[in-house]
Amino acid sequence: MKKILLLTLILMAQVTLFSQVKTITGAGATFPYPIFGKWAYEYEKITGLKLNYQSIGSGGGIQQISNKTVDFGASDSPLKSEELNSKGLIQFPMVIGGAVITYNLEEIPDLALNLDGESVALIFLGEIKKWNDPRIAKLNPELRLPDKEITVVHRADGSGTSFLFTNYLSSVSLKWKNLVGYGTAVDWPTGVGGKGNEGVASYVKQSEGGIGYVEYAYAKQNKMKVAKLKNRDGNFVEPSVESFKMAAENARWDKVDNFYLILTDQSGKNSWPITGASFILIYKNQENCEKAKTMLQFFDWCYKNGSKYALDLDYIPIPENVYSMVENLWAEKVVCSGKKVWSN
Amino acid sequence: MNKRHSILRRIYDYTFKTFATFFAFLAIFILGAILYEVLKRGSGAINFSFFFHLPKPPGEAGGGIANAIVGSFIVTFIASMIGIPIGVMSGIYSAEFGRGTSFSRYLKFSTEILSSVPSIVIGLFVYAVIVVPMKSFSTIAGALALSIITIPLIHGVTEEMLLMVPNTLREAGLALGVSYPFVVRKICLKSAKIGVITGILTAIARISGETAPLLFTSLNSPFFNFSLLKPMPTANVTIFNYAMSPYDDWRQIAWGASFLITVAILLLTILSRILFKRVKNG
Amino acid sequence: MKIPFSKKERTPFEVLSFISAIAVFSIIFLIFFALLIESFPAMKAFGFKFLIGLKWDPVRDIYGALPQIFGTLTTSFLAILIAFPVGILTAFFLTEISPSYLSRPISIGVELLSAVPSIIYGMWGLFVFAPIISRRLIIPIKNKFPNSPLFEGPPMGIGILTASIILAIMILPLIVSICREILLLIPDKVRESAYAMGATKAEVSFKILFPYAKKGIIGSAFLAIGRALGETMAVTFIIGNQHNITTSLISPSSTIASTLANELSEAVTKLHTSSLIFLGLVLFFLSITVISLSRYLIYSVEKNSGSRK
Repeated sequence: MKKILLLTLILMAQVTLFSQVKTITGAGATFPYPIFGKWAYEYEKITGLKLNYQSIGSGGGIQQISNKTVDFGASDSPLKSEELNSKGLIQFPMVIGGAVITYNLEEIPDLALNLDGESVALIFLGEIKKWNDPRIAKLNPELRLPDKEITVVHRADGSGTSFLFTNYLSSVSLKWKNLVGYGTAVDWPTGVGGKGNEGVASYVKQSEGGIGYVEYAYAKQNKMKVAKLKNRDGNFVEPSVESFKMAAENARWDKVDNFYLILTDQSGKNSWPITGASFILIYKNQENCEKAKTMLQFFDWCYKNGSKYALDLDYIPIPENVYSMVENLWAEKVVCSGKKVWSN
Repeated sequence: MNKRHSILRRIYDYTFKTFATFFAFLAIFILGAILYEVLKRGSGAINFSFFFHLPKPPGEAGGGIANAIVGSFIVTFIASMIGIPIGVMSGIYSAEFGRGTSFSRYLKFSTEILSSVPSIVIGLFVYAVIVVPMKSFSTIAGALALSIITIPLIHGVTEEMLLMVPNTLREAGLALGVSYPFVVRKICLKSAKIGVITGILTAIARISGETAPLLFTSLNSPFFNFSLLKPMPTANVTIFNYAMSPYDDWRQIAWGASFLITVAILLLTILSRILFKRVKNG
Repeated sequence: MKIPFSKKERTPFEVLSFISAIAVFSIIFLIFFALLIESFPAMKAFGFKFLIGLKWDPVRDIYGALPQIFGTLTTSFLAILIAFPVGILTAFFLTEISPSYLSRPISIGVELLSAVPSIIYGMWGLFVFAPIISRRLIIPIKNKFPNSPLFEGPPMGIGILTASIILAIMILPLIVSICREILLLIPDKVRESAYAMGATKAEVSFKILFPYAKKGIIGSAFLAIGRALGETMAVTFIIGNQHNITTSLISPSSTIASTLANELSEAVTKLHTSSLIFLGLVLFFLSITVISLSRYLIYSVEKNSGSRK
């Protein structure tokens, strides 16, 4: 019954939509590109709205929304409150994903390798050089680690995946924080840089003893070997929809302003430590009222009806408690010619 | 002594010939290896829906890049419409009206530098002067970026071809009492025509393979677009987006599109070579 | 020669051609000024130190371009070192050795190498070529000379050497076609008189033709370097993108163009974007220098060889 009601509502909305706004353009982060495509595809079937989202990178997304060349931007790293306020933007999380660690060691199968934040940081700092280093062996008492050199592979292009990965290392290793820090692109102390997930994956594949990080969906779709990671609560967890969800649900979104929350190293028994959300950026003060409304309706639909599509593509949907906070924010902040655009 | 010397000379000659032949065939071998790889990975994607359907999200069967194929044609066409007249006319200036002047020497120099500017920088430039002021990515911005890439090539070849037209032809024309611009238009350009067309084809082939200048200008779109002022789908940007995605069906389409573009460019190049052969033979 | 035309009667055609010439001439200045304005914040922050700085650290907003300048020059130099002998020998094959039925298809084939899109070279280099180079070239060399500083690091097949070889393949057609043109410009008399004295093809090629066309051939090499300097996509895929200065041919490096391609769309701070555009400006000047040299050399050849055909 509820579904029928919703459907009629959507169909009614469609009548108004058709006469008004038919296309919405967005640009930004590469990570959510496939899922936005999927959502837009399904949403067009019911409403006829054409949504064009293009992946040009998070930095590009921020730049485009600042230059008003698009209706919304998307970024894998949240903006600080000052920056949002100075540009008149608001941000909210749209979908969750994360990075996983992949390796190329013949003798060690998928999910057999245990790592913790400290050891990963030291590997990527170039201090742990061999796989049989005692600091790795200690975490894997039951494994016979080979006497092989480690080849570090990182992303060459600035990316949200690098942002999450380096943010994670910064929060678990003081040394990493002081020497390198975090960002979409950093000054990598060692290793080689591959372009995109594809580049990292193929560099790792080509070097026996290689280690790198890729986004979860990529590793899952391409059946890559991934390592377990020790999380904040001290458990070795494997990356899965559940462990990502756990991290998102344990996060205290209500404690931060403007959803400025990076989900790395969250507490929770099974939380995956390298988790992050992809954010949408829109103007508080919208110029085209119809368009603003249409756009928010689309996001609302994604939150409420988009979960199964997200899971199909190995993305993690935003938990309900979080998106209701988001919709409250819309109701409070988004205006167009003096009037509120959204009401709950 | 003399005999030994001559044997050495022959060995030297033989080595030279072997290496020269080897290298020439090596180049062809590499071309073959690249084409083979693109064919192997891309041919599987080429089917009915590839040409006639719109893109679909990963996991949906039957996605295609019909809009991007049409879009690539449109952007390339508009770019040519801008680049060809400007390139040809300025080439005419260099070779005819301004021949030998220091301005035309600087002009040549500037076009040579222009042709070595990385295409991503040209994209940036157009982004700054067209996209930002107009507040929208657009077909016209993409076409403009591509046309800037074609201009130095077309300019160069037009100048080159006109310089090859013998002066006796010009003199004969002038002797008939017609004006010099008329001679340039009706005599010089006519005899340089096929060479210039060859150059234009080469330039079009060159921009058909460009991705970097389109990323920040025409952007891309999952729909058909026929407006000059809206983001335009192109095959190249679609390859770029799809090739890096986690999903097999998208990467397959990326290889298919690479295959299509490579074949199109090779055909254009071969066509221009055949035309050029006709020029040389008369 | 002087072409007679009176200054009074400027036809619209002529005016249009002049306007186009001015437009074409000004594009390069517009691009230059756009780059200059955008790179101003980086110039103000780093000044000359930008060019000799070793650190490229987006987190701390400190930018020095020496590693990228080093990578750009090294890969282009190695590329020409590989492509030049191959290119000139191929040109000799086409003009002096090959029977005419072979020379046309081969020269078209070589030309087609320049028609393959850059991104395809990148993907081919990454998936196909790099593993082959690693297995067949780098590992055997490493086994023979385990301590050579030129081959230090893991043999992944990615890095300066592989990028240079791919660049060499990409600039080969340019060298071949220019050398071929120049060799064809040399009058047949020159060859015939040498052959009449019993010279072999090798001797004619190296002792007669090469010195004759030397300047033009070297000019073509510079033009090819100019092309290699700005090559973006292919290099980005296979150079390994690590901002460092190294003596090892198999370790990763980065070039100006690859850094632009990697970081431009993700640059968040103003200074980062500005520094990237400053990098673009540096590349611009490198290109101008190289092309000026090539222009000078080719120009002096054209002057020496007298009238054009």
